[in-house]
Amino acid sequence: MISDEIEILVNGQPRMARVGQAVSELLSELELDGRLVVVELNRQILRRGELSEVKLEPGDRVELVNFVGGG
Amino acid sequence: MTTTLEEVGAGVRDEPLTIADRTFRSRLIVGSGKYRDSEEMVQAIRAAGAEMVTVAVRRVDLDASKEESLLHWLDPEEFFVLPNTAGCYSADEAIRYARLGRASGLTDWVKLEVIGDQATLLPDTDGLLEATRILVDEGFTVLPYTNDDLVTALKLEEAGAAAVMPLGSPIGSGLGLLNPVNVRILKDRLSVPVIVDAGVGTASDACITMEQGADAILMNTALAEAERPEIMAGAMRLAVEAGRLAYLAGRMPRREWAVPSSPLGGMLS
Repeated sequence: MISDEIEILVNGQPRMARVGQAVSELLSELELDGRLVVVELNRQILRRGELSEVKLEPGDRVELVNFVGGG
Repeated sequence: MTTTLEEVGAGVRDEPLTIADRTFRSRLIVGSGKYRDSEEMVQAIRAAGAEMVTVAVRRVDLDASKEESLLHWLDPEEFFVLPNTAGCYSADEAIRYARLGRASGLTDWVKLEVIGDQATLLPDTDGLLEATRILVDEGFTVLPYTNDDLVTALKLEEAGAAAVMPLGSPIGSGLGLLNPVNVRILKDRLSVPVIVDAGVGTASDACITMEQGADAILMNTALAEAERPEIMAGAMRLAVEAGRLAYLAGRMPRREWAVPSSPLGGMLS
């Protein structure tokens, strides 16, 4: 059986994504604003313009970070 | 905003605080962590009169119900947002966090922390120097959190740090400025601004720190953990300005013995 789902890691948690899903689509699914979140994919920071171009691959490690209170 | 300095310091001309290519009227820099809620945080920051506010870089909490983002409260139009690398224990990790902070598109400044010990949160100065060199090469404006050691501070300046940020006492300790002499030594020998970061517990600590000639103070816990942060922030603002004024005024010498303030002559026989 051919699955059209792939497993990725988002902020350290396993998550299923669709084959060929763009990073920007993952952000919309998570209801995150791409202007307020920085995305690191396999230790490489993605520029905002790349979010809709880069497609997720099986085993991808995605880190979604933002600013929080700190000293 | 009129500062106390302008109100009472007639004839005193203070330079604005200049770090790299930016100038600031306020010499009080504050953190945004540990407040009970975001509204309390922003009220305290405004009461402090701070222009520069530090923030941390962390994973988005995917489980949390959708909260307002920090930047909803800390409008980058109103405040200069300074990302930190708090929680990083190696140069590589700190560099990774610094790059993530810059990718926000807000700033290429970073308050660089490379921590060497969990209990004291003292800096790992080897890692700090290494990360400073690399980030300066990458075009960052680097403000390293360091100990109050002159030799390390000189090396950081040499490496291109835009300011050095020696601790007054350990982060979150509220012990005040433990070694005023070292701050004076740093001020004497460094060309870049000396910003005392960490340790201030209450207003007198801030005042004493500024009296040593520190260019600015960065504080967080003293405000966030005060029972009434907004009022403490107002006190800190006055204390920083009072300490600055006293420094500019030049204090009288310390003496071991009394010297009368009233004339010795003219006494009745």
